[in-house]
Amino acid sequence: MSITPEHPAALDRRTVLRRAAAVGMLATPAIGLLSACATSSGGDKDSEKAAEGTKSEKNPLGVKEDAPIEVIIFNGGYGEKYATDVHEPLYKKAFPKAEIKHQSTQAVSTVLQPRFASGNPPEFVNNSGEKLIDFGSLVADGQLQDLTELWDAPSVDDPAKKVRDTVVPGTVEAGSFNGKPYVLYYVSTVFGIWYSAKLFKDNGWAPAKTWDDFIKLLTAIKAKGITPYGYAGANAAYYQWNVILTQAAKIGGTDVLKNIDNLEDGAWKQDAVKQAATAWAEVGAKFSDKSFEGLKHTDVQLRQNQYKVALYPSGDWLEGEQKKDTPAGFDYQLMPVPSLTASDKLPATALRATAGEGYFVSAKSKNPKGGLEYMRQMLSKEGAKGFTEVVKAPTVVTAGSEGFAFPPGVASSQAALKAAGQDVFNLYFDGWYKELDTEARSATNELMFGRINADAFVERIQKRADAIKKDSSVAKFKR
Amino acid sequence: MRHGKYPFVVGFLFLPVTLYVTFVIWPYAQAFQISMTNWRGLSAPQWVGFDNYRRLLDDGAFWKAVQHHGVLLLALPLITIAIALFFAFLLNVGGKSSGGQRQGVWGAKFYRVVFFFPQVLAVAIIAVLFQMVYRPNESGLINGVLMKFGLEPILFLIKPNLALWSIIAVLVWQAVGFYVVLFSAGMASIPGEIYEAAEMDGATKVTLFFRVTLPLLWDTLQVAWVYLGIAAFDAFAIVAVLSVDGGGPDGATTVLAMEIYRNAFVYSKYGYASAMGVALFFLTLTFAALTLRLTKRESVEY
Repeated sequence: MSITPEHPAALDRRTVLRRAAAVGMLATPAIGLLSACATSSGGDKDSEKAAEGTKSEKNPLGVKEDAPIEVIIFNGGYGEKYATDVHEPLYKKAFPKAEIKHQSTQAVSTVLQPRFASGNPPEFVNNSGEKLIDFGSLVADGQLQDLTELWDAPSVDDPAKKVRDTVVPGTVEAGSFNGKPYVLYYVSTVFGIWYSAKLFKDNGWAPAKTWDDFIKLLTAIKAKGITPYGYAGANAAYYQWNVILTQAAKIGGTDVLKNIDNLEDGAWKQDAVKQAATAWAEVGAKFSDKSFEGLKHTDVQLRQNQYKVALYPSGDWLEGEQKKDTPAGFDYQLMPVPSLTASDKLPATALRATAGEGYFVSAKSKNPKGGLEYMRQMLSKEGAKGFTEVVKAPTVVTAGSEGFAFPPGVASSQAALKAAGQDVFNLYFDGWYKELDTEARSATNELMFGRINADAFVERIQKRADAIKKDSSVAKFKR
Repeated sequence: MRHGKYPFVVGFLFLPVTLYVTFVIWPYAQAFQISMTNWRGLSAPQWVGFDNYRRLLDDGAFWKAVQHHGVLLLALPLITIAIALFFAFLLNVGGKSSGGQRQGVWGAKFYRVVFFFPQVLAVAIIAVLFQMVYRPNESGLINGVLMKFGLEPILFLIKPNLALWSIIAVLVWQAVGFYVVLFSAGMASIPGEIYEAAEMDGATKVTLFFRVTLPLLWDTLQVAWVYLGIAAFDAFAIVAVLSVDGGGPDGATTVLAMEIYRNAFVYSKYGYASAMGVALFFLTLTFAALTLRLTKRESVEY
């Protein structure tokens, strides 16, 4: 098209239009190009040595005292104040010469993906929120610092105690991939079904422990003209697959979830999963509202605050998230997912709890030791206590919330966690295989809003799990 | 007069061409390259040849998205052009004629501005707006009214066979204004004498439209068709913000750009996403080439 027309008339209307169309055409697949930023410089920088100092009693990890450290915080439900007001000053106190560069964002991957691609990642990252970078990919690409050294280091408060012994059991495992710890999950999270103590008290309802009681409760609520149970299909279907899988674990024991995480053949078709799906499909059909499929989690949570929905499945961040909309006296309370049968392998008190909110140290950053030290400071009594005071959520540090008066919801979830004793379990597949999470979400909406039955539900997720198992391009994890 | 022409032209073109190559052509070339790798967006990519393309062949979500583009490709241009033509005709030549000049219907100037409003709004805002319009409960604009009358709410974005059409309706609503203006401009350049002559011969308004306006607008229509077709290959923003569960329910409204986005930014499969991008590129290219070829026809000179 570089030919210049001899006579202006040769450039007739049609040619101009055609060229205009061609230009427009080129502009469209632009989305495909978003991914096309430079890949070439991808992080081969082993030649550059990571900063290291001399180890001492005060500096067990051997941090270089004046090496700067960059901290990226996800500015979501927990805000960023806990970092700027608590953890960063703690690090600064330990290493006064170190410069701390703080940045917060609501879109972690948008900010960090180019940094990783260009081989210049920040030291310490709070990888969380809707736009987190897939942990599985980070591990598979060797971007994450092995945290073994941190867990085996002496703790800040008691040098005789290793850091791994100051946190609740399961914390190290929660952030491990194929047995190696890469991620620090910092916030203690308990999952269950939430209700308003006020609504229940006013109506004389009690939380249910058995399935029969649960159905009776739902029926009573429905009779009152309140939607008994609901979750948000538009963006939070995983709140519901979490309930179904929790139910399955209670029926068949925790191995049910282990099989699912390990992509064992037929894991989703286990009888326990099918039973749980059947039971909850019935709840969806009889005791929920079809319109919830089109609502976002904030919409449904707001409806619960307005006493229009009685029971809502979530983790214990819910109370803090809804602080602004919760009417006085609402009083969030947690009820563990009820037992389905008398022959359930786990008791009614059993529940899913885990450490949530992930933090990592970039292996290819300039000062990974500084990142590890930052974590060690976070895991000190003072760091944990400060976090709890700022965001009103318990951390994984056992001594961190001593003497702290939690708001009613978190208090109830902490009590439930205590009551559960050893019967606490967790699942990992959603963090390891994002595609399986997506499939489970779609299938859950199909199941709960009555378009497929339990058999089809387990069938289709199993099919996707099998495909992922066969896909050599996906990094596999085991527990 | 050719003296010194080339240095002049080269001097003029150097900067824009450099910019174009750097920011358009080069990323395109890179997308082709990345589509042959298993790049995760973090460290250096590995070459995997045509693996990603082979995988596309049995990716259900990909084919679902292609199917939706097929529907969009037919529905979006047809509906939009039909509505826009109708409005443009009313606004320009639909009214009485005064002093031999064709006039639009009463208040045409006002309508012209109103029709253009959606074009001024950002796409994301339109999507959020329609979230309110389509809301499935009593706080929705449509369903709120329906429920006041004791009717069942319509689950616009939730019913799998209604969801895609709800999305198409938004796309049409958004596009019509621009094409009304485009067609109006085209109609304005049709000489009034032709209408006058046709009217003297006893042509009705319908005949005027089909025998005079339409043939003389052919070039403009063709461009509109190509533009709308290209828009049908996009639709990302509306689907991403408006649809349930990102292209749901269960993929009922998903489009290629949505799948590209998901694969790249959720699954971190940049290589595979690029392969989808390349597929989209060729689909768009084929469409535009086909359209221009099929609609080739002598335009009427006047």
